[in-house]
Amino acid sequence: MKLLNKRNIIILLILLAAAFPFVIQNQYYLHILTLAFIWTIAVYGLNLLAGYTGYLSLAHGGFFAIGAYALGLLTVKAGFSFWMAFLLAPLITMIIGLVVGLFALRTKEHFFAIYTLCVGYIIYLVIDKWESLTEGVRGLIGIPAPEAIGPISFTSPISQYYFALVVFLLVVLVIYRIIHSLTGRTFIAIRNSEELALSLGISTKKNKLLSFVLSTFFAGLAGAMYAGFIRFIGPEIAYTTITFDLLTYMIVGGIGTFAGPIVGTFLIVLLSQNLQFLQDYRMLIFGPLLTLLIIFSPRGIVGFILMQYANWKTKKKVITSKGHVKEG
Amino acid sequence: MELLLQQLFNGLTIGSVYSLVALGLTLVYGILHIPNFAHGALYMVGGYITLIMMTNAGLHYILAILVSIIVVGVLSVLMERLVFHPLRHSPPIQDKVAAIGILLFLEALAQLLWGADYRQMPTPFGQVVNVFGLTLTLQRIIIVAAAIAVMIFLYWFLKKTFIGSTIIAMAQNREGAALVGINTNKVAILTFFIAGALAAIGASLTSPINLVFPGMGHLVILKAFVIIIIGGMGSIPGAILGGYILGFTESIGATYISSDYKDLIAFVLLIIILSAKPQGIFSKGGA
Amino acid sequence: MILETKHLTKKFGGNIAVKHVDFSIEQGKVNAIIGPNGAGKSTFFNLITGVHPPTEGQIFYKGEDITKLPANKIALLGMARTFQTTNLFEMSTVFDNVIVGHRLRTKSNLFDAIFRTKRLKEEEERCKEKALEVLEFTGLANVSDQLVANISQEEKKRVAFALALATDPEIVFLDEPTAGVNPDETEELSLLIKKMAEQGITVCLIEHKMQMIMSLADHIMVLNYGEKIAEGTPDEIKNNEEVIKAYLGGGSVSA
Repeated sequence: MKLLNKRNIIILLILLAAAFPFVIQNQYYLHILTLAFIWTIAVYGLNLLAGYTGYLSLAHGGFFAIGAYALGLLTVKAGFSFWMAFLLAPLITMIIGLVVGLFALRTKEHFFAIYTLCVGYIIYLVIDKWESLTEGVRGLIGIPAPEAIGPISFTSPISQYYFALVVFLLVVLVIYRIIHSLTGRTFIAIRNSEELALSLGISTKKNKLLSFVLSTFFAGLAGAMYAGFIRFIGPEIAYTTITFDLLTYMIVGGIGTFAGPIVGTFLIVLLSQNLQFLQDYRMLIFGPLLTLLIIFSPRGIVGFILMQYANWKTKKKVITSKGHVKEG
Repeated sequence: MELLLQQLFNGLTIGSVYSLVALGLTLVYGILHIPNFAHGALYMVGGYITLIMMTNAGLHYILAILVSIIVVGVLSVLMERLVFHPLRHSPPIQDKVAAIGILLFLEALAQLLWGADYRQMPTPFGQVVNVFGLTLTLQRIIIVAAAIAVMIFLYWFLKKTFIGSTIIAMAQNREGAALVGINTNKVAILTFFIAGALAAIGASLTSPINLVFPGMGHLVILKAFVIIIIGGMGSIPGAILGGYILGFTESIGATYISSDYKDLIAFVLLIIILSAKPQGIFSKGGA
Repeated sequence: MILETKHLTKKFGGNIAVKHVDFSIEQGKVNAIIGPNGAGKSTFFNLITGVHPPTEGQIFYKGEDITKLPANKIALLGMARTFQTTNLFEMSTVFDNVIVGHRLRTKSNLFDAIFRTKRLKEEEERCKEKALEVLEFTGLANVSDQLVANISQEEKKRVAFALALATDPEIVFLDEPTAGVNPDETEELSLLIKKMAEQGITVCLIEHKMQMIMSLADHIMVLNYGEKIAEGTPDEIKNNEEVIKAYLGGGSVSA
């Protein structure tokens, strides 16, 4: 029983992820898992904003693309080293996110959703049409792989896998700490009721902006990782399809839950890879799943499990507390 | 001068279609108070049904549109019954996600059934006519005439019939409508049917001069959102006026500014408006 | 006087919701605002607590002009409030819901969160201690680790009180604190309100339940159509002609 506590399960999962390339020597799976790590980072950004702060941004795919294009343009056109560009790309995304957030966050609920959907489209159209900068539909080719750091090179799929895994773990740790800090509690208070949060002395404006900018940071980071991994990007990565994919991962896993982004992303990415025929038509299953989940289990798979667990714990507690009364 | 007239007429054509789609969206918003992101998918299905009825079942264009109206109307009602009705007391974020789920499903379904290719819809009204020195296709004239006819009919229905006035009443005050004995479920169903029908008409009218493909609803629906925000969420005259304003702006912008960026006009407009007035132009002030 | 309003007025479009109200709240007392439905009580509350800016007039807190301050800045000064709806996070425990109440007295930011600094740990500890303290005070210690979804309506009201108290207020505004609870529970909640006043916290509340107000309040103001029509002790209010007139048709004063 004690062996299966939370900490040991996490250590086991990390070990499994670290051992994976040696156990299963399948390049294809390695590729898919690396992508899943990258997507999960983006979904965590979305979850921080939509799940914990209550603002559903539909520009998330656009910010992902900004991160990717920032890395691509800095390396291919401006001649920066990969690592320099990798540091700058999420920062650039964040700055654009800050400007957008300042205005977008003046709106609420459906206006915010429509506003950000429009921002997403503008990002897409700019990338698609501004050919002199972005090469338009031809896409940006020849993005370099990360340069070797000392003896560690990043050209092989295995090294890319470990690179993605390490960044992924760092992101999970940072998100965990944010959510479980006073800052995270502040976000949750805003999600529950902005009116109440204000009356508790919380500056909703400042905290909403912080959450928004953070979410764009993670989108930009994921985008930069994606560009460095795939090494070719086109305007389609800015299209709403990506936003809706990320949204699906988040909802299926569980919006506003900590494990939701991992569960949702890995489940859907691995399922759609295994069911090849599903590739183009995956939304035939995941679209209705999204709708059904939001009706019957609004906090997704993880939320459902947490609820069952909480009920089970309450029942157990009632029984033991009754026992105590008898003793007293 | 001739170019300008030509562009104005183009604006009238595009604006007619925008208005029809925005009308459906604004009616649904009036009842639901959520933006129906799946409305663009209804528009897309409307285009396909008409196309398939013509090419596969050999129906006449007009008959095919009638079938499309019924199919999409029923689909829209099903959406209301199966998804939005159960969610009516949920936080707004859930309605939006549910609508997006339907949108993704319908698009994937269209791709499975009808393929991902861009398809051309034939029209019996392909003739070229000369009006006031302008060279126009008959189809474009039909778009404008039919759209205006549909709007007049809708106006008459909402203002002059009892059942239509219940929609207006409920849009204005849901609780009040229920109190005076209006069956809110029936009104919701009717509204969704009309919204679906308008989307089907809009798509079927414009398809012969545009193309039919699974993603054809994306830009249109987003522009319809822009229109109803400009015109006032839930406002019927606002949707019509907003539709034509955007139609003209785009068509003139495409000619005199840049055709590459014409789709940006609507979104930039919205961003500017919402940045300045976060609750929309015609929001009722106060809180 | 801990709080004073001068000529406080609020217009929504053409409607005047609150009209030239002069009002003052005595420190350490239970102050009540009563009036028929639509008299402008909630609007008046929202003006004082910074939810809406007033159209005219001024608000002074301990002599300081707070008319233009936003709600969160007002909370920092030591003014807390509750709402008619409790707005708690149902899927989380009572304890977790209350912790954020002390957030305004802490300074840790994103940097502290990511690096789990000493400051964050200390402040978290302080917030948790504060939560325990106010849960104890409001009589919720026994349900503190239950999900909010599983507690009663009256307990939720207490959680809302606890949240307000966690901000370390000097004055608490309660918007219909006993709406939607039964008579026995109303009695319990008024005992809690008395206990707050005994602790030296000034209380100001809006209520419909006259019996409760008459036994609880030290000082009452009556609003009707946005205007102050009477002010005084419960006995003075009970015998005031204007008040009786205003309440005819809206339920009698003693109800």
